[in-house]
Amino acid sequence: MIEVKNLVKRYGNHYAVDHLSFTVEDGQIFGFLGPNGAGKTTTMSIMTGYLAATEGEVIIEGHNILEEPEEAKKCIGYLPELPPLYPDMTVAEYLRFVAELKRLPREERENQISKVISLTHLEDMTNRLIKNLSKGYKQRVGLAQAILGFPKIIILDEPTVGLDPKQVVEVRDLIRHLSKEHTVILSSHILSEIRAVCDHILIIRHGKFVACDTPEKLEEAMSAHNALDLQVRGTTEEVEKILLSLTGVTSHTLTAHEDGTVTAQVFSVSDIREALFFAFADARRPLLEIKPQMASLEEVFLDLTDDTASSGAALAAEETPDPAAEETAAEKEEHSDESHL
Amino acid sequence: MKAIYKREVQSFFNSMMGWVFIAALTVFIGIYFMAYNLLGGVPYFSTALANVLFIFMVLVPILTMRTMAEERHSKTDQLLLTSPATVTGVILGMYLALLTVFAVPMLLSCLCPLIIKLNGTAFLLADYASIFAFFLLGAVEIAIGLLISALTESQIIAAVGTFFILLMLYLWDGLVGYLPATAVGSLVGLFVLLIIICLLLNALSNNWTISLYTLLIGAAALIGFYIRNNALYKGLMAKVLGKFSPLAAFKSFANDHVFDISGALLYVSLIALLIFLTVQVLQKRRWN
Repeated sequence: MIEVKNLVKRYGNHYAVDHLSFTVEDGQIFGFLGPNGAGKTTTMSIMTGYLAATEGEVIIEGHNILEEPEEAKKCIGYLPELPPLYPDMTVAEYLRFVAELKRLPREERENQISKVISLTHLEDMTNRLIKNLSKGYKQRVGLAQAILGFPKIIILDEPTVGLDPKQVVEVRDLIRHLSKEHTVILSSHILSEIRAVCDHILIIRHGKFVACDTPEKLEEAMSAHNALDLQVRGTTEEVEKILLSLTGVTSHTLTAHEDGTVTAQVFSVSDIREALFFAFADARRPLLEIKPQMASLEEVFLDLTDDTASSGAALAAEETPDPAAEETAAEKEEHSDESHL
Repeated sequence: MKAIYKREVQSFFNSMMGWVFIAALTVFIGIYFMAYNLLGGVPYFSTALANVLFIFMVLVPILTMRTMAEERHSKTDQLLLTSPATVTGVILGMYLALLTVFAVPMLLSCLCPLIIKLNGTAFLLADYASIFAFFLLGAVEIAIGLLISALTESQIIAAVGTFFILLMLYLWDGLVGYLPATAVGSLVGLFVLLIIICLLLNALSNNWTISLYTLLIGAAALIGFYIRNNALYKGLMAKVLGKFSPLAAFKSFANDHVFDISGALLYVSLIALLIFLTVQVLQKRRWN
């Protein structure tokens, strides 16, 4: 388990990490998500003991990373943004060096090394000099180094950067495989990446905590419950009449289709799904579909990490000249403000 | 520490660096050995060593510039500093690897007194003591190189910085002679020294109150002694700095054939201090 409490890293007047707190439970695949420069790498560097925090503490398996660095670091395998490779060594030499550096028992070393080599598919490269490897292979050697000795916690900083799509899939599979027995923390600014493997996501912006939850809950929390998409059989006039008769509807947009159906976007002040159902049933207009507008993780991410929230709302209002849209944007903004606290 | 030591030694001998250093030092010692002992007929090998000292200024920066600067440049320091090894262990591993490379030409030069012996009278004890002092002096200079290398990310700056400092040390005795010998001059000089020490203390501890107190107490002591007996201050600055002359100890080994224990202790404590400072530089970087 990793506990990060009130972490601050200050460079002069600039806060790279600003009072960040979170907990990673055992067995989770924990994703750091944030735009470039959000403080992901700095946070990871502090967690692994490479940098010291200005304030706050990191506790790895009960060991404070500053007070008991050796105990804490034994539990961690770390792949930094740029794999820490010595170009003048062969892959096998390098892994042997790392095994000794990590103080693996002598008799287990060779066994462990061959295990990580097969996990990262480096079998054909063991006797090649690292400087002659391609970027993808270098990344894999870095990954092999991080998982060598199978520490409890594996921290990967942008592990799939520079890999081709096939290798990306392989790395994801590897991460899933590792997560059976390890806690894996990875960072990325690419959403699909995090979405594909992580079961917990921490979103940070400007070093500040924004949100931390499962991907599904994040999507749900950010969904606009009071915006519904309807599909109704009928004409626009009929639908409009029914909608206007309902209390609580603030606005709507209607589109007629050739097959005799109308799709409508309805914005309301409260949850009006039941009232809608009965109103359409009374008017004998078949309601084919009611769907709350779900925010995709992409939208959640963009919304939460939007630098200038107010200008973002203004932009949204511009695109859809609809008072309700502005309102929902404002609500979302409020929500994200809440999650700061 | 052992893993880092092994890797560093291997890397020196896999690249040209280690071989070039060993070859150059051996060749230069060999040239002076030939000129002074074999052709000049001087029975002391230490005379040749005393004259070859300047070569450290060129070779030590080449040997040490790569160490920490390169680790930092290629980000491999992240691997070392996030591993269970301690920072002291990392630095000691590197330093011992440097000493190992340096020990190879020193072991080769151990043959020279024996060659002299084959051809006539040799002073083996004096010569081997000088080789020992030569090794210690080299070790001090390598520790300086390691410290400078830890301060920067650029190998070039590390090399030039080390060269500059070694040059100052080489010229130390001459430069000390130019210091003002008057009492006031010494007072001012000691003040400057005190301020430098306090600045260093401040940079290391990040605690300006402690540095300020040290400065105030030091200044009070300096002025107090000055008022009581200012004759004491005449030439004091030169005398104090002269005591720290890094070459003096070696010269008493090589020229006066004395086993200078205090000189040897000065070297060992300088090495310890420099290693400590290197560790502090690395520790401090994590906090900035």
